[in-house]
Amino acid sequence: MTKLQLITKGFVKDNPTFVLLLGMCPTLATTTSAINGLSMGLATLFVLVLANMAISAVAPVVPDKVHIPVYIVIIATFVTLLQLLMQAFVPDIYATLGLFIPLIVVNCIVLGRAEAFANKNTVLDSALDGLGVGLGFTCSLTVLGIVREILGSGSVFGWKFISGDGMLAFVMAPGAFLALGYLMVLFNKFVAKK
Amino acid sequence: MEILLIIVSAIFVNNIVLAQFLGICPFLGVSNKLSTATGMSAAVCFVITLATLVTYLLNKYLLLPFQLEFLQTISFILVIAALVQMVEIVLKKMSPSLYQALGIYLPLITTNCAVLGVAMNVVQKEYTFGLPSHMLGLGEAVLYAFATSLGYGLAMVIFAGLREQLALSSVPKAFKGIPIALITVGILAMAFMGFSGIA
Amino acid sequence: MAVQSNLKNMFVCLFGTCLVCSALLAGVYAMTKAPIDATNARLLKEAVGAVLPEGGELSDAQTLEVGGQPSEYYVLNQDGTPAAYAVKSTVVGFGGPLTLMVGVTADGTVYNTSVLSHSETPGLGAKCTTDEKFMAQWKGFNPAEKILKVKKDNGDVDAITASTITSRAYTLAVENAVNALKSIGGLNND
Repeated sequence: MTKLQLITKGFVKDNPTFVLLLGMCPTLATTTSAINGLSMGLATLFVLVLANMAISAVAPVVPDKVHIPVYIVIIATFVTLLQLLMQAFVPDIYATLGLFIPLIVVNCIVLGRAEAFANKNTVLDSALDGLGVGLGFTCSLTVLGIVREILGSGSVFGWKFISGDGMLAFVMAPGAFLALGYLMVLFNKFVAKK
Repeated sequence: MEILLIIVSAIFVNNIVLAQFLGICPFLGVSNKLSTATGMSAAVCFVITLATLVTYLLNKYLLLPFQLEFLQTISFILVIAALVQMVEIVLKKMSPSLYQALGIYLPLITTNCAVLGVAMNVVQKEYTFGLPSHMLGLGEAVLYAFATSLGYGLAMVIFAGLREQLALSSVPKAFKGIPIALITVGILAMAFMGFSGIA
Repeated sequence: MAVQSNLKNMFVCLFGTCLVCSALLAGVYAMTKAPIDATNARLLKEAVGAVLPEGGELSDAQTLEVGGQPSEYYVLNQDGTPAAYAVKSTVVGFGGPLTLMVGVTADGTVYNTSVLSHSETPGLGAKCTTDEKFMAQWKGFNPAEKILKVKKDNGDVDAITASTITSRAYTLAVENAVNALKSIGGLNND
């Protein structure tokens, strides 16, 4: 696999949301608007890249039986780091995403990439892999956020082009499931190659 | 009255899956059959209640006095991981039949965000339950965690029942599997929205 | 994955990882503590400033009881006398706690209100942070002349359409704040 493929595979072929079905909780919970989806995606990307790099660096010296706890500690460290930085510099976004920032620790994408890729590849390849998967995740979250924001509040990235309220259900819980379900149908129909 | 409010609010109004979006991965993953869904729910219920009890005490008596709140994420996840391992070992020794029933689900629970989510929610948010808003006491916290996990079980069992029916009906090819399941959950979530405002 | 596990290297490895990670975090925590405190202080100042008249000197947080539970308030001193107060007031809304900052001038008139945190329904109760008509009516609301109840309850407060419960809660929060100030003798109209 070339370096470029490592980055691009996350968009369609191994898209974490639509193909691998990983990290569903933040996907559904934080995509009430495009900007929220994008911020959550970038936050996950940050953790993915750094955790992948750190894990690929230490993997050769970690005893087999304790590798999961060690990985979890490393991931949790970067998540806490992110929490502190966000509280200091982007408190508004931190407040909106709330609980789902600390929950990146248990996002199956991060531990999944550590197990499936980072522990047997070089630091550079792992960083690129994290970048690729993270970008794919960010991309799907932003798309879902845009769709829900258009339908739910008639705006995109806060820019309102339809006056009135929109279909409020799409901003609330049921709309998250419905929007993701229908987006997956479209993805299966037009993008995925069987 | 207050106890009733906690229970109703945690199970129906703020249902952990359908309103708070926690624990979706196992919710979609193991809800194909009613029997596995029940097993998973029981295991989650057990772990959430126990984990909340331990993390609550950890937070109150170790992190808060030393102003180490920023270590909440990392210490909670370690405690949960260790706890799940311990439960697995104890169950294996003490009650092989229960281990047979819950055993295969236990390793999956460490990365179930519902467990960490509830533990963090309990120590970070203020709740009302018909009283002025306040941080939860130990008893309330454990009751809230238990009721929340019952809500998880309820959503899981209803959904598994629906999916068993769904498996028999013919749906368009692009809808097969997860997409139709998500749309079903959406409709289920709408039904649960009817409870909002009760508590 | 080449390393064989034994008790010693498992212990050393886990212990080492935890040590390095917590040391790293403690370092970052120490570095970000000042910016986080500064940000929180700025946000609080903005929240308090938004509901009070301009000018004067703002006091530090002081405690009082609002609606039967401990809360805090800030005094704005102009020329050495208290000119206005900002009170934090929490009530139970439709979806959970609803916390307001209520600014009241010394003559007992509400200067302005703002929502600090809420969990109301998006598009319905959550409009209490965006609905201009609802928000504007609090500016200069005088509880001595008007009744602090929504119109449905024979008062003078225009409720948000389809969100009576949120509007009632909001009104109660303002009422609690005004009463709390009265009880500490902060207002000079009575």
